[in-house]
Amino acid sequence: MHELSLCDDLMRQVTALAAEHRARRVASITLRMGPLSGVEPDLLRNAFEISRAGSVAETAELLIEPQPVRVRCRRCGAESEASVNNLLCRACGAFETALISGDELILARVELLNEE
Amino acid sequence: MCDTCGCNITSGNRHLLLDMPKATTPVSVLSTLLAHNDKQAETNRARLDRQGILAVNLMSSPGSGKTALLEATIAQLKSRLRIAVIEGDLETENDAARIRAQGVVAHQITTGTACHLDAHLVEGALDQIDLGQIDLLFIENVGNLVCPASFDLGHHLNVTLLSVTEGDDKPAKYPVMFRAADLMLVTKSDLLPHLDDFSPQRAEQHLRALANPAPVLTLSSRKNQGMEVWLQWLQEQVVAHKSRVAQQETLKPRVQKEGRALHQAAPAVRFRPVKPVHDHVD
Repeated sequence: MHELSLCDDLMRQVTALAAEHRARRVASITLRMGPLSGVEPDLLRNAFEISRAGSVAETAELLIEPQPVRVRCRRCGAESEASVNNLLCRACGAFETALISGDELILARVELLNEE
Repeated sequence: MCDTCGCNITSGNRHLLLDMPKATTPVSVLSTLLAHNDKQAETNRARLDRQGILAVNLMSSPGSGKTALLEATIAQLKSRLRIAVIEGDLETENDAARIRAQGVVAHQITTGTACHLDAHLVEGALDQIDLGQIDLLFIENVGNLVCPASFDLGHHLNVTLLSVTEGDDKPAKYPVMFRAADLMLVTKSDLLPHLDDFSPQRAEQHLRALANPAPVLTLSSRKNQGMEVWLQWLQEQVVAHKSRVAQQETLKPRVQKEGRALHQAAPAVRFRPVKPVHDHVD
């Protein structure tokens, strides 16, 4: 249940951004998240409902863009789809792969409103 | 017709109002949601590096033998290395008391309801320890195979324990945790003869399926089986870290090290300069 602490961080960044741009409200917040980030989108949405209360993002919409799990093989160089507990290269079966997508936990975009 | 009471809105033109774009400013950010924690973690790591201290984060389920491992490790290494321990639990000082009984400094963090340690909690604990007097700092995280994996504490290595009384498929069930391991310890090996359903080889295969090349050691701290390889590994890591910091270099735990830099979508973890797409309506 660390979704609440993540929301604290999210609200900190969004509030700073809104102040920097002298925005009155935040219209939407877009996150990119992969399943290997260790964060559950539904739990994060629930935590966000609590965190945003009374803030500049009180009426903001939370948009989550799920990211696929993908690996690049260090042996054969192939890029392939993978799953959270099978990160082996689909082409040659090697375990020497690097994750190129799937553990993101990124604040990608914030839409600010300058009018009430 | 006026703009005050809305009488200018008719069924014929209402759609124009609904379609009217709001005065919004989209801002691209691309920063990690853990920025605040990660910044503190870097500060902690720099503080440890200045003293040449290696910090090892121990993670596992509750009851897999983290504290027992520390007791046995300290008993055998305290004559050769100066060791301190930060203990994380929801409640009680029990674990810190067990470590202090071994004659080394232990600071207990009680997290209340929080299921993991974070970099700020560790910072507070570092304030309580005389860092000039130690070579090796263990951070025993809260027993939990989920959340601790997501938080960089400012440590250098993740050691993940899997006891033989658990399933050997734990790495497949908790991939985020086991992907982060720099070393996996299969603990309570003295119980293996009584358990026909745990195979250390299968546990290792599940770890490899997470593309994790970390070494796997099998040991029993209670019966002192397989301890020498673990103690050797630890001492090598301490020596390697001392020479690393002498070169102004440091080490990040596996996942953070491999990291987010590989992701095309997120080249930086810090706030990037932002440019509104169109001007503000002030």
